[in-house]
Amino acid sequence: MKRTTEWIIEKLIFISGIGSIVFVALIFFFLLKEGLSLFASVNVFSFLFGVNWYPISEPPQFGILPLILGSLLVTLGAVVIAVPLGIASALYVAEVAPKWLSEILKSGIELLAAIPSIVLGFIGIATLAPFLKNVFNLPSGLTALAGSIMLAFMAMPTIVSIIEDSINSVPRSYREGSLALGATRWQTIYRVILPAASSGILAAIMLGIGRVIGETMAVLMITGNAAILPTSILQPVRTLTATIAAEMGEAVSGSEHYFALFAIGIVLFVISFIINLVADFFMNRNKKRNKKK
Amino acid sequence: MDKLPIKMKAVDLNAWFSGKQALSKINMDVYSNKVTAVIGPSGCGKSTFVRNLNRLHETIPGATVEGAVFLDEENIFKPRYDLVDLRRRVGMVFQKPTPFPTMSIYENAAAGIKLAGRVPRPVVDQAVETALKQAALWNEVKDCLDKPGIGLSGGQQQRLCIARTLAVRPEVILLDEPCSALDPISTGKIEELIHELKKEYAIVIVTHNMQQAARVADFTGFFLLGELVEFDVTGKIFTAPRDKRTEDYVTGRFG
Repeated sequence: MKRTTEWIIEKLIFISGIGSIVFVALIFFFLLKEGLSLFASVNVFSFLFGVNWYPISEPPQFGILPLILGSLLVTLGAVVIAVPLGIASALYVAEVAPKWLSEILKSGIELLAAIPSIVLGFIGIATLAPFLKNVFNLPSGLTALAGSIMLAFMAMPTIVSIIEDSINSVPRSYREGSLALGATRWQTIYRVILPAASSGILAAIMLGIGRVIGETMAVLMITGNAAILPTSILQPVRTLTATIAAEMGEAVSGSEHYFALFAIGIVLFVISFIINLVADFFMNRNKKRNKKK
Repeated sequence: MDKLPIKMKAVDLNAWFSGKQALSKINMDVYSNKVTAVIGPSGCGKSTFVRNLNRLHETIPGATVEGAVFLDEENIFKPRYDLVDLRRRVGMVFQKPTPFPTMSIYENAAAGIKLAGRVPRPVVDQAVETALKQAALWNEVKDCLDKPGIGLSGGQQQRLCIARTLAVRPEVILLDEPCSALDPISTGKIEELIHELKKEYAIVIVTHNMQQAARVADFTGFFLLGELVEFDVTGKIFTAPRDKRTEDYVTGRFG
């Protein structure tokens, strides 16, 4: 009797475990099958580097370069904003703030992660876009910059909590070694602690990028959605994700347009995969180095 | 021993970890150009004592301290005492070698000097070389100064940490069980080094190893349960201790 229960539980756990892998594989194959169909009629080069995205004109043009650049521009902007802020707040939480305050701040930062992205997009449209419009005297505030700022907020919780972890995992002995040499707290932080935590910081940045580049709802609402080659961060752009979200509903199943959206999915998949791989690499390096001590 | 110049003096020093008393009423002197050993069983407060001599104890969350420690007749616990200056004058080497992981051998040795501000490269070079020579490490590393410090052996790492401390030209050196992670050969080298260094510095060494205390120290203090049981010239502590507890400890009857 006991044996049977044991056997059933074992198999159930096995199926659940293997299930997640199977699902990922199925999703990947489906994506690949649908996306690759596009390349029967469109060549890969003109898809990736074409500058015109006119999926429903006659003949349709499927150049996703503006979308790739749109995604990269918005992401880059978000990273430039979120990384210095993230490092600074992680340092404050981990090193400077008194314990009670750092507990409050930590929950606050985690709460930021709990805000649905559509709500952030909504706030962005209502407050950030008009603000940017006035400050830079633009025809519209819905720009790459607006997207970057909103996405920076979304990436912050990931970035802060991972950097904070890696700062905390710097052995106490390094800190004391530095203090004992007559280093001030700030010297200890930037000469010893930050370099020792650098892998974790890089991992945090990569994961933050991963979070940002896959984000859809907020950028769809706030970046202005113009599939043109961006020349400035104050222009409207359209990202890869927003394109899929906006057009999937109207693309006829089985049409070239439909396949093109799946092909965009493949591009996104590849980008996220590379980012996660790089983040993983840095995380492991961090762990190894701290274990050595 | 009263005529010797006193470098540091602890007066009624008490210390706590989160309310738990680790040191009670310690009164002890550290003499210039002498080696003072601090011995006692684990948890007796010897590390806590030396960590108060450069005020590192209170950097641990929940740690508190009361009493006074004088460095050249100035109380280091007085308000607004410059901790950076204190820690440059009272250098410390830890039990576990702790070279900075991201720095080369050269950068490790130069770390303390560079903290003080902009120093011309030749001056740093000279100071690094002198410190590494003093720490008896120069011959082993002079051809690979740009290699990472954590690539060295444990004994070499510890001598690198000593060099790092010496490079700042302190007045007092605190050694917190500097040999407990090292093999006998490295230990021997560091003990020789201590003999050399006392010509210029006041040295305090915490050790578990009573033979080591007997070999290197001029004075020895025996700590037990946070109290300084007995403090005297090393020979007396080991051959004619006044307190029964000291005698039991040094003869190996407990601890």
